[in-house]
Amino acid sequence: MMILIGILVSVATYLILSRNMIRVILGTAILSHAVNLLLITVGGLKTGNVPLLGHADAPFTDALPQALILTAIVISFATTAFLLVLAYRAYKMNGSDDFRELRGMSDE
Amino acid sequence: MVLTANIVTSLCLLYAFSTIGERHEKMFFYPYVLLLIGGVNGSFLTGDIFNLFVCFEVMLLASYVLVALGGEKVQLRESLKYVLINVVGSSVFLIALAYLYGTLKTLNMAHIAVRVAEVGQDPMLTTVSLVLFIVFSLKAGLLLFFWLPGSYVVPPTAVQALFAALLTKVGVYALIRTFTLMFPHHPEVTHTIIGIFAGATIIAGCMGAISSRNVLSIASYNIIIAVGFILIGLAVGTETALMGSVFYLIHDMIAKALLFLIVGMMFYLTGEKLIDNMSGLVRNYPLFGWMYFLVMLALVGIPPLSGFVGKILIGQGTIEANSYVLLFLGFASSLAVLYSLLKVFLSSFFGEAIITNEDKKPIPFFSMVSFVALAICIVGIGLFAEPLLAYVQDATNTLVNPSVYIDAILSEN
Repeated sequence: MMILIGILVSVATYLILSRNMIRVILGTAILSHAVNLLLITVGGLKTGNVPLLGHADAPFTDALPQALILTAIVISFATTAFLLVLAYRAYKMNGSDDFRELRGMSDE
Repeated sequence: MVLTANIVTSLCLLYAFSTIGERHEKMFFYPYVLLLIGGVNGSFLTGDIFNLFVCFEVMLLASYVLVALGGEKVQLRESLKYVLINVVGSSVFLIALAYLYGTLKTLNMAHIAVRVAEVGQDPMLTTVSLVLFIVFSLKAGLLLFFWLPGSYVVPPTAVQALFAALLTKVGVYALIRTFTLMFPHHPEVTHTIIGIFAGATIIAGCMGAISSRNVLSIASYNIIIAVGFILIGLAVGTETALMGSVFYLIHDMIAKALLFLIVGMMFYLTGEKLIDNMSGLVRNYPLFGWMYFLVMLALVGIPPLSGFVGKILIGQGTIEANSYVLLFLGFASSLAVLYSLLKVFLSSFFGEAIITNEDKKPIPFFSMVSFVALAICIVGIGLFAEPLLAYVQDATNTLVNPSVYIDAILSEN
């Protein structure tokens, strides 16, 4: 699991550092997936019962990491959607999706 | 602590009311402002570090929209960078949270503080705290501020003022919370790094403020200087210094909001961003001109105004802790602030009036009201610092003795 996360993070870093806008956005999406995996891994991949009161005697799986991940997924989904729209608008306006051509403050 | 948060929040809301008169063009502007304020309030009030993350996200998402709203070329370009940086920052925040949960099995701040105290702050936890530090300093504009001047310059004035007053301050607040409540056990590592960062931030911010000739970026670099100055208090960590930090935080929210509104109004009146192209505004708009003078004095820390008490307290704290380098940097930064703002004042308010009486635009009534209200706040905080200090002292007391806060939270459960 950790190895997979490591691979995902490195892929994401590579993509984020590239110049193409869409690649960068995909990079952030992959990074968020990697982080979600990390959350569930460090939360413990225990196999246990469902965390319900009736099954209280057996060891149960910790449900909190899953709740966290659910929230994180929703948030990253929203930001990714927003980023895609923003990128599209920026491409339309500036006529380029290359960060090298978009850089710099207009000089004072 | 909640008391301070509430005072600060009501000030922000007051401020939001006062800017509302200024905006009359865009649809969906107010809902996003409300969302932003909701996120800010949430992050001030929450006692759970994951809720802090969620509130950060609410606030940031609203701010992304506000930066991009209007859809001009520059805005889209800068907002894209702003959003990307913050998305990556949030992922890193989540990574830190994951490790925190993995090692401590809790996300309640008070509970974390207890557990950290129990198991001792081992290198793993110190690393996690440093990751959190990097994330928050990214949001607060502490040293990692390269995104700030760009993205704060592009949106419309009211948004700029809101951002200047609130966004970075939330990051600062989160930093103060993290390092006084949860990870206070290794000051020689964490607080030294905070000190170095604060010093470097001040130096870089001063350079930017002095060298820039654009009023908007001068004002943005002044935010950076203020963030560095507040965090000197945290880095030193004595009670007086923290008290100064909290006080200065409150002062800075109001003063920066006023500064940005005034700068935006200058831009609106003259249509120029470079200080060389403006002059003689004080002849046309006397009250407006002297208001700028007032906020400049407040930011520099001249006695009857609000910046003075915070500066004095932070200064006393640094002397108590014998960190004279930070003391020197802090007060040298006051001079840089004075120089940069005075440059604006001399060149654009004094001198030949370039606007003739015929084509002089009147200042909208509501924005004048908001200027006056904020100016009254500044003078009021300065004059009635004594009763306010009692509250600040209360807040600082909980910061210095985390056990007060921990008991208050955990005994309820």
